[in-house]
Amino acid sequence: MKTIISSPHVPRVNRVDRIMLDVLLALVPGMLAMTWFFGWGLLINLVLAVTFAVVAEAAVMLARGRSPLIAIGDLSAVVTAVLFAISVPPMLPWWLTLLGMVFAIVLVKQLYGGMGYNPFNPAMAAYVFLLISYPIAMTTWLAPGMLAEHSFTFMESLRLILDGTLPAGLDWDAISSATPLDEMRGKLDLHLTIDEIRHSPLWGYVGGRGWEWIAFWFLAGGIYLLWRRTITWHIPVSMLLALAICSGIFWSLDPQTHPFPAFHLFSGAAILGAFFIATDPVTACTTRQGQLIFGAIIGITVFAIRTWGGYPDAVAFAVLLMNIAAPTIDYYTQPRVFGHGREHR
Amino acid sequence: MAALHSFIPQPPSNALPRLWTFHGGIHVPDEKSLSNAQAIEPAPLPARLVIPLQQHIGAPARVLVQVGDRVLKGQMIAEPSGFISAPVHASSSGRIIAIEPHPIPHPSGLSALCAVIETDGEDVWAELPPPLTDYPQRYPHDIRERIRWAGVVGMGGASFPTSVKLDPGADRPIHTLIINGVECEPYITCDDRLMRERAGHILAGVRIMHHLLGVERVLIGIEDNKPEAIARMRLALAETDLHACTQVVPIPTLYPSGGEKQLIRILTGREVPSGGLPAQLGIVCQNIGTAAAVADAVLEGRPLISRIVTVTGRAIAAPRNLEVRIGTPVSELIAHCGGYLEPPHKLICGGPMMGFALTHLETPITKPTNCVLALTEAESPDPGPALACIRCGRCAEVCPAKLLPQQLYWHARAKDLDRVQDYNLFDCIECGCCAQVCPSHIPLVQYYRYAKTEVWAREQEKRKSEQARARHAARQARLERQEQEKQARLRKQKEAVKSPQ
Repeated sequence: MKTIISSPHVPRVNRVDRIMLDVLLALVPGMLAMTWFFGWGLLINLVLAVTFAVVAEAAVMLARGRSPLIAIGDLSAVVTAVLFAISVPPMLPWWLTLLGMVFAIVLVKQLYGGMGYNPFNPAMAAYVFLLISYPIAMTTWLAPGMLAEHSFTFMESLRLILDGTLPAGLDWDAISSATPLDEMRGKLDLHLTIDEIRHSPLWGYVGGRGWEWIAFWFLAGGIYLLWRRTITWHIPVSMLLALAICSGIFWSLDPQTHPFPAFHLFSGAAILGAFFIATDPVTACTTRQGQLIFGAIIGITVFAIRTWGGYPDAVAFAVLLMNIAAPTIDYYTQPRVFGHGREHR
Repeated sequence: MAALHSFIPQPPSNALPRLWTFHGGIHVPDEKSLSNAQAIEPAPLPARLVIPLQQHIGAPARVLVQVGDRVLKGQMIAEPSGFISAPVHASSSGRIIAIEPHPIPHPSGLSALCAVIETDGEDVWAELPPPLTDYPQRYPHDIRERIRWAGVVGMGGASFPTSVKLDPGADRPIHTLIINGVECEPYITCDDRLMRERAGHILAGVRIMHHLLGVERVLIGIEDNKPEAIARMRLALAETDLHACTQVVPIPTLYPSGGEKQLIRILTGREVPSGGLPAQLGIVCQNIGTAAAVADAVLEGRPLISRIVTVTGRAIAAPRNLEVRIGTPVSELIAHCGGYLEPPHKLICGGPMMGFALTHLETPITKPTNCVLALTEAESPDPGPALACIRCGRCAEVCPAKLLPQQLYWHARAKDLDRVQDYNLFDCIECGCCAQVCPSHIPLVQYYRYAKTEVWAREQEKRKSEQARARHAARQARLERQEQEKQARLRKQKEAVKSPQ
């Protein structure tokens, strides 16, 4: 390929693959915590998802007559796969992972033009597609380690994922467990008070036992990304703040029917979504002011769906919804250009 | 508000002005140590000088000589052809052997009309006008005419005729003169050396400009990576009568602080309106080199026939700062600096951030050429194929014009010329910060230049079609009128035939 000799003539300081690598690195602590609490399932899903995503990406690039190496080398497909694997239940059948990855890479990403052109976050679009099509498989979570009746070995996990066989003497009812958001929602529907609901071994300091630690380690990864300047604070802070303010208002009105803000922040995908999903630059707003609006509406939407909607968690829905709005928000939130309008002194 | 203001203690008048910041900017390795210890030395007289007849913004100069003419050093060989124009002088004595198109230092790599002088080696001066050392007693018009005669243009890169810039008109009072000694582009050290070695001469030029503009204060901005230049300029300033109204202001090193709009913002907090001029704010900005050229013209009667050029880059054996005659081919300078250590990966005219690749080694040095840069592959690696934009926004973070380069790129690529203007394409100063930080290695500036030319072309097209439409409408009206006149005539004739009956 012929390169254009155009200024500037200095070495470039950033690289897309380094940015993606940073994101992957920042996900490691949270993934380790998830593995600690939920076993080998996540790692098996991870390997499967990455393999499917990379093969799908390469296949499309070959079909488009382009070099698959450049597309794979930017690591964006790997990031999509890893975010997907983190979002789905740890014992998800392998073919759902395959379906999700083909959907994410081929339909959501490549059919729109590939890297940089997709209006929707591929991992979240695949997640929502599967959640709507296979609601049971997509919501069957295991109980976190200390609460589980059975601790899966690697081979048991592999068998469960690959051909759906449970170890002898176990059934799904015994090993599965509601997520904290599910639990909260179900019990509130039964008119239990928050105090009664929290009076259960499922609960930890602020959220579900185990779950809150996973969120904590994703938060640590998010702070690493902020420190590395891979992301800026605008989207995560506005999203989490909006979620905290909304839940705070309702909690202060009636603390027995509305969980307190920290529960909302440290349950479900709020932290992961705020730092790793809503911040996907391709599908998010790109102006600073736009990012604040983008994040805040995601936070509000998450609270609204969790509280009054049909699903226990809503990060994927909220992100996809705001993905559509991003270009318009960007257009109306352009910064004041140098030498235009009133001077800011 | 005004009453409140008077209670706030005012800083003593000799305190440095408050510094302001502009949005974005980047820190790039400045690489100035390659050449900043080298004192200015004269470049050798080449056998042939290729002098472009237009080295300024404005109307091209009109040739005064013919092939075969003998010319003397400092003799005008082309005269200005309009108000915004500048003359060109012979930079050594010799014979005109050709007046023909020649490659010139221009991003397009195109050729332009040049006078080629075969030098005689004697370097004989033409008769020069008398020095105007008594300029404070003279009419400003006469001083400006001298500066105009000398062909002084902005030496910082824009090459706008200086005499015009020093004549803002009575309706536009100028209160502040800013002297740009920032030199924020990496590698370049010509202004640094000029300030270290000829501070007094620069200030003599500043004094003339101060006199012409009648300003209240003069601010000399110098980046703080040039402490010796700052010290020299301060020492020299203390010896002149300018020190009461003039300050040497060190500013933080940050590219592109040397951009005119950025420097004005840093020193005064004001923003030059989009599409406007600093004079609208009562400010005129001049380069260090221009000040020295003004001093040459007024105090010594010497036209602008040479300038300081930094020849540097890691591919150059012995980087130097040379006083170069206008028209000297680049190849002569490289040879004088010991040639190449290794074949250069890129040969650039100007700095690495905004300079352009030279396509021809015989390209001559012109009035705005401040640097010849021979970069090795390690210094200026090819960025490799560009990936898709991931809208990460790093470009917007560093853009000194506060634009959204990612959106400009998106619409420039789509050739959406209305949208690129919505996103204020024409406020882009092409500084290259966005491209330097782009993780996808997209040649962003190239896209903006392309979009600008497309918009210009479209506007020209529009003007043309409007003219055509007006012409067509005029023709239609004329035909209609003629037809009506014809009908009227016929009617009259008929009536005339009828009436006798």
